[in-house]
Amino acid sequence: MNTSSEKVTEKTEKRDDGDRDESQRRQKAMIGDHFDKLARAKEDGKKVVYTFVPGNLTELLGALDLLPVLPEINALQSGMRGRSGKYIAEAEKAGHSEDVCTYVKCDLGMLKSGNIGPTGQKLPPPDVLLLSYTGCFTFLKWFELLKQEYDCPVVMLHVPYQPDGEITDEMRKYVVDQLEREVIPALEKVAGKKLDMNELSRRLELSAKAEEDLVWVWESARNTPSPIDGYFGGVYYTGPIFSSFRGTDDATDYYKLLRGEIEGRIARGEGPTTPDGPMGKEKFRLVVEGPPNWTNFFDFWRMFSREGAVVVASTYTRVGGLYDRGFRHDPKKPLETLADYCLGCYTNLGLPTRVNLLEHYVKTYKADGFLINSVKSCNSFSVGQLLMLRELEKRTGVPGGFIESDLVDPRYFGKANIENRVQSYLQMLEARMSRGGDLGKATSGFAGILESAAAQAEGLVTLGRKS
Amino acid sequence: MKCVVGIDLGSTTTKAVLIDEEGRPLSRGITNSRSNYGVASAAALADARTAARFSFLERAIQGSTGVDSNEARAALPRLFEAFRLELHLDELTALRDAIHVELDRNLLRRVNKSVLGPAADLVIEDAKGEAPKLFAPGAERRSEFFRDLAAAAFIAGAEKLARKDGTPFEPLVGLFDRAILEVETRLRPRNEESLLRRGLSRVETAPVVRAILEVAIGRAVTEPLEEVAFAGTGYGRQTLPFPKPAVRSEILCHGRGAHRMYPGTRTVLDIGGQDTKGIQVDEHGVVTSFQMNDRCAAGCGRYLGYIADELGLGLHELGPLALQATRAVNINSTCTVFAGAELRERLSLGQKREDILAGLHRGIMLRAMSILARSGGVKNEFTFTGGVCRNAMAVKLLRGLIAESYGSDIVVNIDPDSIFMGALGAALYALDDLRAGHPQLLPTFEPTGMLPPPGMGGECANCESSHDSAHQHH
Repeated sequence: MNTSSEKVTEKTEKRDDGDRDESQRRQKAMIGDHFDKLARAKEDGKKVVYTFVPGNLTELLGALDLLPVLPEINALQSGMRGRSGKYIAEAEKAGHSEDVCTYVKCDLGMLKSGNIGPTGQKLPPPDVLLLSYTGCFTFLKWFELLKQEYDCPVVMLHVPYQPDGEITDEMRKYVVDQLEREVIPALEKVAGKKLDMNELSRRLELSAKAEEDLVWVWESARNTPSPIDGYFGGVYYTGPIFSSFRGTDDATDYYKLLRGEIEGRIARGEGPTTPDGPMGKEKFRLVVEGPPNWTNFFDFWRMFSREGAVVVASTYTRVGGLYDRGFRHDPKKPLETLADYCLGCYTNLGLPTRVNLLEHYVKTYKADGFLINSVKSCNSFSVGQLLMLRELEKRTGVPGGFIESDLVDPRYFGKANIENRVQSYLQMLEARMSRGGDLGKATSGFAGILESAAAQAEGLVTLGRKS
Repeated sequence: MKCVVGIDLGSTTTKAVLIDEEGRPLSRGITNSRSNYGVASAAALADARTAARFSFLERAIQGSTGVDSNEARAALPRLFEAFRLELHLDELTALRDAIHVELDRNLLRRVNKSVLGPAADLVIEDAKGEAPKLFAPGAERRSEFFRDLAAAAFIAGAEKLARKDGTPFEPLVGLFDRAILEVETRLRPRNEESLLRRGLSRVETAPVVRAILEVAIGRAVTEPLEEVAFAGTGYGRQTLPFPKPAVRSEILCHGRGAHRMYPGTRTVLDIGGQDTKGIQVDEHGVVTSFQMNDRCAAGCGRYLGYIADELGLGLHELGPLALQATRAVNINSTCTVFAGAELRERLSLGQKREDILAGLHRGIMLRAMSILARSGGVKNEFTFTGGVCRNAMAVKLLRGLIAESYGSDIVVNIDPDSIFMGALGAALYALDDLRAGHPQLLPTFEPTGMLPPPGMGGECANCESSHDSAHQHH
């Protein structure tokens, strides 16, 4: 591959927040450590599981000493590192249409290009593919494709959709039965050991501790100014808990550390950290629905942070669990709690439940507006978003905005267009907040106004007038 | 008099509007957008200032009584046209000077300079001689922009010379192409008083009437016109020649401007050169919701321009022709380029131009309806703005589609001057700033060096040989 042409077409964005916060440095070290383990998996005799973020069974995998690889996270990392365009082209060359989800194509392209992970180390092939969330149809197809690439078993957990926003006993039992009869035995076979239920419970208890601190972090956005950005900054805060670290001491320590940092910011009356350093004056508080764009993540973030717009809550940061609506992993009911976690993914909820949740966020966090980033790749998110927008406007009286981009396909991020919309939207909020504008005057048409102005203008001496 | 300025830098044209401190529009100006945005803004503003002087002149004579005053009033349209003629002649002089600068740059060594110089002078003199006809009472000009008028005259003159004595056509027109860029991107001060007085000398009228006009001119040009606040908007958001706090979003400005024109407005459709916007506004004219085309500009004004080019028609001829359709041909392509191909195919199949055009217009309006639906639908009253609202077929289809989808009691407002709505909205936002005590001041539109400095355009300090403009230095 020609790397110089890649540099021309895709630049990695610059940012200067660097490793400002200790928590961020800690997270980076955790990730580095995890990829080290993956790179050594073969020599260490560890088994590797490829699985997805929504409905991930991290505690179960940890209890069985299995190492997870998350293809979605790899894809978004590739997007942020400016490699996704090349990977997507690779997948399209292999016959995948332009309309296929770009996470899938990015992952397949990365695989075809040597499967080098975000830290530059080669990722090990999977010993098992675990599909523990079926709310996204694309996930099924994604693993069908990976199955063709790797000679390994696929384990599938069918998770029923929540049309009414409620988990019934039947749903829970259906998932628990599958865990007991199929998923756990299959994973035990790969791991070469029996599941220790005490170890699972120990991990679930650690998860709940971290979840408690994460909820505190989300709710800190009730402060004015908000000490966090719950969308752009929020994707960092969800990192450990959504990925491979839930149920470990590392994750629990990370959230304790993060909480301490945010407590400090609140005490000092500071806003969130942004790509340009600490944020200036908070002018707009927003709620955001939909995933971010990753190829221009920092450009996108700056469009908000430089205008004084902070995101106080977002739904994307809830794809790995609706903890702030009360869910906690329960060590006393390990399998039921895993079932509830899988069933409770944000994208597994019907539109009415999603609208209720957004309404709750707008009201609780005193948002001035809400914005939908509708991504081309993700049907799970995008279907019905315009309906949600109208309904939310009706219920909250707060104006909604709508932008379109994509997850990791750089071709679908039109910076000028998106910036135009974001600026227009923020200026619209500003105009509404300051209640500017003209009340109706009985004139019609430009020429009519010109005439009336001419008639009314004063201060001109007329010629030839004799009184 | 104190006034507030709004400028809208569009992809095709740049518009300026002046309003007074009460928010009443005073005047407006328009020019073609060009590579130097600062100069385009300055030119539109100069036009608006001139228009303000014209209205001062009108008011200076208004209210006066007697036969002579009536005659003076009646002479005003002729005076304004004579002013425009004088301005046009000055621009032609500037064009001639620019051509000689180009010649001195030794760009065209292959062609004898002594041939092209006098030839260009002849063509310009010819154009000057023909110019009064363009500005005669009742004359129709195909464009209001100097570039278009000068190009037409220059090409005609060059063709005439080529036929007469074989003067090389291409190099001569090539000279024009370079010189017009120079003329368009250089700011020249406009002396309104001198132009008006020179114009007046062209207006035939009785000495007593002339005297009234002389005094009126004196008053109109000395009436202080103080620009106390400014806001700008436009398509080239990244590179607008305005300070950031003075920039307002186009969507906000179009919504506000349309509402100012028709205060009952709650929904606005704006179809410009490359944007289609559906905008909802509240009772104050503040935008509450909007949608616009993304990534693809099929169905915008340029689409019609492209179709007109394909058919060898003027843009203004499309609507009337489409209105003659007896049936609308279904055009399947949403892409402008594919639609062009489909157009040619259907023509070759013998389908009528007007029927195909009717289908194309319907395609555009259906796209606009979809954007309107996404923005929250059509509420009463509805105002249609942007260049495409001058197209009678587009308007007819839109009225039908709105009645069909939203009921026939929706009031549809369409104003021939709606192209100025963005600039008017910007001026109203500038007035808000003024009233809030933090007005943004008008920037100075210095040329931003879009053109290479003399000596770098063709003749290079580093090169021995001269070369054409395709040569580039790295």
